[in-house]
Amino acid sequence: MRMIIPRSLDEAVEAAAAHPEATILAGGTDLMVSANLHGLRPEAVIGVRRVPELAEWEGRFIGAGVTYARMERGPIAALAQAARTVGSPQIRNAGTLGGNLGTASPAGDALPILAALDADIVLRAAGGERSVRWDDFIVGPKKNSREPGELIIGARLPDDIPDRQAFAKIGFRNAMVIAVASCCLFRAEDGATTVALGSVGPTPMRPRAAEAMISAERSPTPAALAEFQRLVSEEVSPITDHRSTEAYRRTAAGVLARRLLERVLG
Amino acid sequence: MIHLTVNGDPHSAEPGPAESLLSMLRNRLGLAGSKDACEQGECGSCSVILDGELVCSCLVLAADTDGSEIRTVEGIADGDDLSRVQEALLAEGGVQCGFCTPGFVVAATHLLDTNPDPSDDDVREALAGNICRCTGYGGIMRALTALREDS
Repeated sequence: MRMIIPRSLDEAVEAAAAHPEATILAGGTDLMVSANLHGLRPEAVIGVRRVPELAEWEGRFIGAGVTYARMERGPIAALAQAARTVGSPQIRNAGTLGGNLGTASPAGDALPILAALDADIVLRAAGGERSVRWDDFIVGPKKNSREPGELIIGARLPDDIPDRQAFAKIGFRNAMVIAVASCCLFRAEDGATTVALGSVGPTPMRPRAAEAMISAERSPTPAALAEFQRLVSEEVSPITDHRSTEAYRRTAAGVLARRLLERVLG
Repeated sequence: MIHLTVNGDPHSAEPGPAESLLSMLRNRLGLAGSKDACEQGECGSCSVILDGELVCSCLVLAADTDGSEIRTVEGIADGDDLSRVQEALLAEGGVQCGFCTPGFVVAATHLLDTNPDPSDDDVREALAGNICRCTGYGGIMRALTALREDS
């Protein structure tokens, strides 16, 4: 195994260009489980844990190397709430936003926040930088559109983020669980509402009909809340797997979205 | 060949492909205090402090620790004198079979080093990544509560 440890972003981009097939390693919380339990033996690894530029968080740009521990203490409440549900302190000290994007798991805990905010994912290669919207980046379960030789350098969020925001996830217990269903919701002063769900489809998804319906309701009545919940449940496309059933996830998605809406409406 | 500092001492090793820091500590450096259990970051038995952060050493690629500074459970006692965390765990019955104890000692030490007066919630949160099947956490909580009152 060839190990490359760049100490700057320029070195990391050069390494990715020189070894386009190399596995990019951030916190190791996904990759090492594959190595320990499933025998993964990458030919070449570029370890980006100590690239200082990747750990920067400037305004609405969150570097790929920012850990869950930092997101947990960060200024975006929904992201902080999501980060706090991740693993344990040990995992949150190691796992990063870029790793979450690289793995592109349907259950990636930070991903519904990026989806609800229509975030752009920023990638850099020797030839330059490009931005890809979240849904053009995460294209399937554990599939993203990063090209060989590219590095995920971070996510760019919009300037205006509503104060009314919340995240919740359902798992078997309080700590150390992968989401059975997760949800993030933002609601602006004028009622415009965005919702994103995780673990209820091959990628994070937005229930567009439910969003449009509830965005038009300035003061949602109980009937409107019930209709919102129904639409969310109708729009998700979950599967049955070892963690839950299609039916449970469908119900849970609607209940989560409605509860978050009630929470932000106070 | 990589070079790293473990408990203040310089070490060199040639880790295997995809070998974890845990495996390297135990099998190449002879530091078997960090315990090898789940190998997926769920149990906390292999907790170490890597460049100042508490992490699961099973989830750290050994080859990625070149130049790093690591503190393991072996670096916590002062020779034959146990640390105050270790003494408190013994005094309060926070140790039973002992398999999880190294991870708890490292996590608790790191907590008290970074937050000398933690609340009950801070303690529970800090130890949430460490699993114990024997003491049931009561003794462990009492030990850390005693240390907090001391401080």
